[in-house]
Amino acid sequence: MAETKMRKFMNDPANVVKESLAGLAAAHPNLLRYDSAAQIVVRKDAPKQGKVALISGGGSGHEPLHGGFVGLGMLDAACPGEVFTSPVPDQMLAATKAVDGGAGVVHIVKNYTGDVMNFKMAAEDAADDGIKVSAIVIDDDVAVQDSLYTAGRRGVGATVLAEKIAGAAAESGADLTTVSDTVKRVNERARSFGVALSSCIPPAAGKPIFDLPEGEIELGIGIHGEPGRRRAQLGSAAEVVDVMVEAVMSDLKPSRGSQVLAFVNGMGGTPLIELYLLYAEVDRKLRAAGVEPVRNLIGDYITSLEMAGASLTVLHLDDDLLRLWDAPVHTPGLRWGA
Amino acid sequence: MPIEQALNGATVISWMREIESSVRAQRDYLTQLDSAIGDGDHGTNVTRGFASVVEALNGEKDAPPGRLLILAGRTLVSTVGGASGPLWGSALRSGGRVLGDSPTFDGQQLVEVLAAALASIKELGAAAPGDKTMVDALEPAVDKLRGEVAAGAQPAAALASAAAAAEAGMEATVPLQARKGRASYLGERSIGHQDPGATSTALILRALERAVAASS
Ligand SMILES: Nc1ncnc2c1ncn2[C@@H]1O[C@H](COP(=O)(O)OP(=O)(O)OP(=O)(O)O)[C@@H](O)[C@H]1O
Ligand SMILES: [Mg+2]
Repeated sequence: MAETKMRKFMNDPANVVKESLAGLAAAHPNLLRYDSAAQIVVRKDAPKQGKVALISGGGSGHEPLHGGFVGLGMLDAACPGEVFTSPVPDQMLAATKAVDGGAGVVHIVKNYTGDVMNFKMAAEDAADDGIKVSAIVIDDDVAVQDSLYTAGRRGVGATVLAEKIAGAAAESGADLTTVSDTVKRVNERARSFGVALSSCIPPAAGKPIFDLPEGEIELGIGIHGEPGRRRAQLGSAAEVVDVMVEAVMSDLKPSRGSQVLAFVNGMGGTPLIELYLLYAEVDRKLRAAGVEPVRNLIGDYITSLEMAGASLTVLHLDDDLLRLWDAPVHTPGLRWGA
Repeated sequence: MPIEQALNGATVISWMREIESSVRAQRDYLTQLDSAIGDGDHGTNVTRGFASVVEALNGEKDAPPGRLLILAGRTLVSTVGGASGPLWGSALRSGGRVLGDSPTFDGQQLVEVLAAALASIKELGAAAPGDKTMVDALEPAVDKLRGEVAAGAQPAAALASAAAAAEAGMEATVPLQARKGRASYLGERSIGHQDPGATSTALILRALERAVAASS
């Protein structure tokens, strides 16, 4: 097995997360601040009285998710864990307290055992402190069967879309029930599927999580550098997109003529030239399947360190979701209209 | 009847120290197991957690053992993250509550501590035996400990058998297909690998055996 050497910019593997967050804060002082004691990223103008607040969190290594989505029209705070490890309840509680403007706090939780347990403990503590918390779990990855035999579908690409869309709802003054229902609706109407052409190297481990021989592809990967559901011979981009579109559309089953948002996400090590090439295939295949991709998002938004690979998320839009998607957003990772 | 040895706060502190040095020594092995079927962080997670526990307990030499277990559990919850932080954190907190403020505990109480720990892991994680998790190591260990103590064994001897049962349970996770946690995403590809959480759990039981043997 060929050992891949770790080539990373870092000072000390133990400080990668903290030092990167310090950089995020130094780059965007107008949008957010980094509280290094509580290990949270908080929107600069939080708490906003009367506004429902949104927080999310999870392991680091998925940048710009979640810290890069703190700002106007998206998250009020983010809780970054160690690389690929769920954050601890203390962080979520501190974030919840820092952003609560009296209208309640929505926790957007990706469906991983660790994230769900840690957020659950934090929500119980917040309730003890008299803060209304509504936790919504995102589970859009069709590569995992939602059955008694798994921990359920993973939360992947739909998380980015939910943070944007529900963030817009909160910004427009919607109440706690409406904002949490918006998160739920995005989750119910979105499906994702990911593929990888390489593993990635967590800084603390110093070695790739798996070894993928040249000419092979992992199908059905998540965002933690883990192997997928199965390994196959790498075909053409058109063939790979066939697999992705088929996996997503056969599960989502939008009616003919539906408007959709197509999100082609890079895993961190795949250049834009390839992501756009994939999008050309996606656009064509979605139209052939009878749906219209009226909005798209293409780039690295929910990554797996330096993994080469991509995921496709399709969101079945309606007028309300479309309007909220188009609403102004200003965060380090996503910006338009503001 | 031989005089039953008294276990106390010092036993808990030395248990945590024994765990810390053993997971630190096995850090890379645990991470390697977690890389095969998880996300390669288990060794780092438990090492970080138990190092913080040892530090937190340092100034608490005179506290009753139940309080020390609760503090250890809280520290794990606050420093580990992942799945193992809340699971072992809640386990130690529930175990500690069993002892209340009692300054010492005996073999029977030790059985109750570990049974409460197991119950709390099963409640939070909803894993059943055979799901390829830490439960597969802890449950046989608790059963063994209960049986040996009921048969009159001294705690240290009973723990030696319990730790062996945990190790057997750990090895028995190899052919299982994971149904809980990250490894379940792999489906059949999780078969043939030993569960990292069951492995650290076996280390935790061995550490307890050493701590108790040293207090007699
Ligand atoms: N539901 C569960 N019940 C009991 N044990 C579980 C459960 N889910 C996972 N585990 C145990 O946790 C171990 C993995 O712990 P680890 O510290 O690596 O957390 P993780 O799952 O990687 O968390 P995260 O996803 O946040 O990184 C598994 O090997 C398994 O023994
Ligand atoms: Mg892990």
